[in-house]
Amino acid sequence: MDYSAIDPVLLLATLMISATPILLAAIGELVVEKAGVLNLGVEGMMITGAICGFAIAVESGNPFLGLIAAALAGAALSLIFAFLTQVLLSNQVATGLALTLFGLGLSSLIGKPYAGVKPPASPHLDIPLLSDIPVLGPIFFRHDLMVYVSLTLVAAVWFFLKYTRAGLILRAVGENHDAAHALGYKVVRIRFLAIMFGGACAGLGGAYLSLIRVPQWTEGMTAGAGWIALALVVFASWRPWRVLLGAYLFGGITVLQLNLQAAGLAIPVEYLSMSPYIVTILVLVYISARKGRGNLDAPASLGRTFHAAH
Amino acid sequence: MSEADGGPPLLVAEGLTKAYPGVLANDHVSFSVAHGEVHALLGENGAGKSTLVKMIYGLVRPDEGRMMLEGRPYAPHRPSDARRAGVAMVFQHFSLFEALNVAENIALGMEEPPPQGELSARIREVSVAYGLPLDPERIVGELSAGERQRVEIIRCLLQNPKLLIMDEPTSVLTPQEVEILFRTLRKLSAEGTAILYISHKLEEVIDLCENATILRHGKVVATCNPREHSARELAELMVGEILTPPHRERAAFGDVVLEVRGLSLPATSHFGTSLKDIGFSLRAGEVLGIGGVAGNGQDELLAALSGERPTAADTIRLSGQEIGALGPNERRALGLLAAPEERLGHAAAPDMSLTENALLTGAVRERLVRRGLIDWPRSRAFAKRITEVFDVRTPGTEVPARALSGGNLQKFVIGREVLQRPEVLVVNQPTWGVDASAAAAIRQAILDLAEGGAGVIVISQDLDELMEISDTFAALNEGRLSAPRPARGLSVEEIGLMLGGVHGAKVEEGADAGA
Repeated sequence: MDYSAIDPVLLLATLMISATPILLAAIGELVVEKAGVLNLGVEGMMITGAICGFAIAVESGNPFLGLIAAALAGAALSLIFAFLTQVLLSNQVATGLALTLFGLGLSSLIGKPYAGVKPPASPHLDIPLLSDIPVLGPIFFRHDLMVYVSLTLVAAVWFFLKYTRAGLILRAVGENHDAAHALGYKVVRIRFLAIMFGGACAGLGGAYLSLIRVPQWTEGMTAGAGWIALALVVFASWRPWRVLLGAYLFGGITVLQLNLQAAGLAIPVEYLSMSPYIVTILVLVYISARKGRGNLDAPASLGRTFHAAH
Repeated sequence: MSEADGGPPLLVAEGLTKAYPGVLANDHVSFSVAHGEVHALLGENGAGKSTLVKMIYGLVRPDEGRMMLEGRPYAPHRPSDARRAGVAMVFQHFSLFEALNVAENIALGMEEPPPQGELSARIREVSVAYGLPLDPERIVGELSAGERQRVEIIRCLLQNPKLLIMDEPTSVLTPQEVEILFRTLRKLSAEGTAILYISHKLEEVIDLCENATILRHGKVVATCNPREHSARELAELMVGEILTPPHRERAAFGDVVLEVRGLSLPATSHFGTSLKDIGFSLRAGEVLGIGGVAGNGQDELLAALSGERPTAADTIRLSGQEIGALGPNERRALGLLAAPEERLGHAAAPDMSLTENALLTGAVRERLVRRGLIDWPRSRAFAKRITEVFDVRTPGTEVPARALSGGNLQKFVIGREVLQRPEVLVVNQPTWGVDASAAAAIRQAILDLAEGGAGVIVISQDLDELMEISDTFAALNEGRLSAPRPARGLSVEEIGLMLGGVHGAKVEEGADAGA
């Protein structure tokens, strides 16, 4: 065994990269669920974003355009979900599952010609002074732009939900759609927007995988990241900063166990591979189990169909 | 108050008509409300009151007819239009968001809310000015029904409405809270705010309102000053038939059928109440009324009696048999049935059909399940019998429970238990939010059941109801039950004392205000 091969600085730096796709998808889904909609299609929207972003980046040679295309593709796919569940009042769970299956199939179809292609490189942040600080520099200031975008997004979502009127209305719709309707708020329109935001975020998360983290296209490359994102939102009690914590914890342990595997730790590989899932769940369960009184967690209208009767 | 200015009335409605598939909810309804007037809108459930106020509040658009507000045409397309024009509404089923705090809830109902800090200060100021104290930081989920209503009222008052619509405001309030609410409404009316007061509680209307419009089947059947009529006359106008108050022959009581001794149960949640050393006995043919302010252990007592929460075996005896440790179905088999308070979600499964709901509690005693298989024809017949005997108005027994109006579903829920010929029936709030004729039918059914030799326990917050049907009366106060006393001859003061305990102060305050 040789632990000296594990560089803590490098570990922390890669942690952020490995967590970013899940973080992006999860923060989007958090907004969707706060509006009272359960979209189980995150995995499907992620992988559709991954291939669409990849394809556009390769064709145009511009990774930035690829990311935008990924967000649009995710949002477009979520629009199908929004139309089915909000207008045709279909069951959200079934529709979400179908969306995942559809996205997986669609992405394989689009992705056929792109297997093995190398995407254009994404620029990394390089702030002259900050990036050169020993230890802190490599950890915090030498990532690609999307890492910072994802962190900003968490802060923005937190601020939006906590301090803005629009955020309050969104939470109100998720809490009690009948009451929100009675007060004259457009429940369906607000949910459409939230669902599309969630789709765009999931698409970005997928593109981050295919364009930056891996970077390559392989079929089914999200490998359950969308489901992890969904679970994170629940275990994080629908709070943005806890989603960040959960995503980084998951990312960190994923990276750590890979390093430990490489270092030849005398624990069966299977245990190491499952460790990120187990630790993340344990920590977030612990946090949500010791909540105080009056802490009403899940949005009360989550997953319920809204009939705009009378 | 109103006739002084001589100007146009505040609100005039002319020929308002609204049809839904299969029903004419409002049929050329015309009425007017003067400035500062407290105007009652009376009618049974389904008479079209709610549709009418929804049109005034912009939630529903009329098919025909027009409205004038302060002499100008008024046709709100959405609630925000109505709010801007000076019309505010307090809903029957509170339109509140439980997970949000008071200030956030109020901000959601306002057109241009000030920043949180300023809003909180104004909430404190207005709530104190109108005698409805409220803490803006509290989470609404933790508030009592009365406090929740305050949130809605304050939300309306902050917008200085000219017309305040109140849809059945007292159905969830204790007598003390009603008194406080009425003081607030009178103050508002004196300040020039008109109030459109929807209710079917006639005593209240007579007490509070200067004018009443009575609706029946979507039509205006009378406009009158309620103070010139008796409650009986108003009720007959509302129902369109002669009402007979529930009555029965005085029956001798039989043996003790249910005996409860030393029943204590810890609360299940922070907001629950623990039951403390409850003891009483119920004889065959007796109606025991249990009064008390909401949240003093009513739900917990029902759960303990019905078997939802089993206890020590010897605390509850049914005809001498220890049943404390048995679950609801075993108790049902032995003859103890219960109908909990909440119709949708507790007494009935909202999305299941009436047949299925009938099956859920009737399976054991009506033998609707054989060898593990459901006997659908029998179940359907049982559900049909309930709807026929209890006059449940429904298109059929296959409609989901949630499609029924409150009064109809309540008749179904009570009828379902009564028809199973219980030895002991426990009901909680049997006529909550139910109109006059349905309430009379339910009370009569309870009395008939007792006359047939069953013991009945009625838990209710409606003291008038308890006085009308109980043989003995006991009060729940913070999880303790007072010693039962014969109901006949109990004075209001004595009842107040029984409800009292630490609530004594509040009762006195209410009594002072009433004097």
